Amino acid sequence: MVNQIIGAVELGLVYGLMVLGVFITFRILKIPDLTVDGSVTLGMAVCAMLTNAGHPLLAIIIAFIAGLCAGSVTGFFQTKIHIPPILAGILTMSGLYSINLKIMSDGKPNISILGSDTLYSNLMQLTGCSKHTAYLIVSLIICVIVLIAVEFFFKTHLGLCICATGDNEDMVRATSIDPNKMKWIALALANGCVALSGAMYTQYMGYADVTAGSGTIVVGFASVIIGETICGKRGLSVGFISAIVGSVAYRIIIAIAIKTNLFPTYFLKLVSVIIIAIALGLGPVRAAFAAKRNKTRRQKANA
Amino acid sequence: MLELTNLHKTFAAGTPNEKKALKGLSLSLDAGDFVTVIGSNGAGKSTMFNAIAGTFITDEGKIVIDGEDMTFKPDTYRAKCIGRIFQDPMKGSAPSLSIEQNLAIPYSSTKKGIFHRAISKKDREYFREVLSKLDMGLEDRMNVPIGTLSGGQRQAVTLLMATILTPKILLLDEHTAALDPLTAEKVLAITKEIVETKKITTLMITHNIASAIELGNRTILLDDGKIVLDLKGDERKNLTVDSLLKMYREVKGKNFDNDRMLLS
Repeated sequence: MVNQIIGAVELGLVYGLMVLGVFITFRILKIPDLTVDGSVTLGMAVCAMLTNAGHPLLAIIIAFIAGLCAGSVTGFFQTKIHIPPILAGILTMSGLYSINLKIMSDGKPNISILGSDTLYSNLMQLTGCSKHTAYLIVSLIICVIVLIAVEFFFKTHLGLCICATGDNEDMVRATSIDPNKMKWIALALANGCVALSGAMYTQYMGYADVTAGSGTIVVGFASVIIGETICGKRGLSVGFISAIVGSVAYRIIIAIAIKTNLFPTYFLKLVSVIIIAIALGLGPVRAAFAAKRNKTRRQKANA
Repeated sequence: MLELTNLHKTFAAGTPNEKKALKGLSLSLDAGDFVTVIGSNGAGKSTMFNAIAGTFITDEGKIVIDGEDMTFKPDTYRAKCIGRIFQDPMKGSAPSLSIEQNLAIPYSSTKKGIFHRAISKKDREYFREVLSKLDMGLEDRMNVPIGTLSGGQRQAVTLLMATILTPKILLLDEHTAALDPLTAEKVLAITKEIVETKKITTLMITHNIASAIELGNRTILLDDGKIVLDLKGDERKNLTVDSLLKMYREVKGKNFDNDRMLLS
């Protein structure tokens, strides 16, 4: 059981930045961005090729930049040719499927990087620590670096304007800031984080697979919601951390559920969807109950 | 300061719903003018504001602000020199951001570089100072999300946001119409104070004839997409609500009865 939990924490940290990316679009920009399924695989593909070429650190950085580009494409679709946000994400995601195959040695559906140096194996060689320690430390360091960078970014004027764009677009427009540019930047940044997370996944698992990203967005939404339930909605800084916490918590919940034979592995996505539906439905259901209670109370009082 | 020359705008041209909203509107404002704009619904007041702010590009005519030709400039470019406040207090600020963050969005937008800190300690002190002038106790609640404020408080903060970097033109589109009479009076007083101390060229749409006469140094009356009355100087000094309504009656002729209800 302990092994499963450790594995879950590792995977949670690896996917933490993906959840952070989803948080940026879903909670700050208030746009559900479906590019994620494609950009996470893009990160995996780019990382696998460059890691095999012998550049594990560069692989992660280039994967981030590739994610920025993927997000920009969605931004372009949304703001320049006015495709509705959901469709824009789907278009980029579908297009990325071909691009990912192209990147992965012209059409191979999966690539192994076993035997190549990764950031994890580098740390193991350097310090002689165990495999799992290396997984935890490297993932945690990358997460903390990105968290600090994102936290700093959203303290700048540009970051503030992105928050305001998600909140009240008219007002941003009235203060001479182009909200389309803000959306563009936020989508790029978010997908950069997602691709970075995909790159970490490749080095962690030792392979890249073109189908490994499907359903990631659902996991992302579920993790954001779980994180918010744990940490509460208390401003942006807490929100960023809650994304990582949510990612880890999600993996632990799933690990426990599978270990205790609550449901088979292939039920993962269905369970994620149910978690999201329940979490999003909680608000309206609560309101409906309150209204009903109010009605019966007053009817009784009148009777 | 502001030159509008022969502005034309037709909505839904060529369809049965065609609406000629502006029909050759011309207006020239000097720096520091405070103009109140009156007119019945559909006269083209808001369309004129939209034309100035660049919400749409006019079909014909020319718009010059402080010597710069703005006729074909996009709205986000014009917003650098135009402050605008709408009737809806919810429209002018971002509800989940705090008061100081909302103020920082226009205030910090001129600082150099895009990665500078949004709110410095000095900014915060300045915000506290301008907020305290509102006399609403907001200076002690600068970290509160602005969505929790009342409509009047929000409109007052919006007014600060629009004028915190002195704009060349301030457009007030019935900005007190959604407020209760007492709050409206207070927000109007704040408006007057800010406009006078900063000497901002201002256009204010109002349906309240009394405040149209009392505030500012000039009053224009729009009807059917044109300016039909332009009162300033001595002519305006002796203006009363009744005499203004009488002038309006002469201009409008027999359609007046409908409009009387809208205006008074």
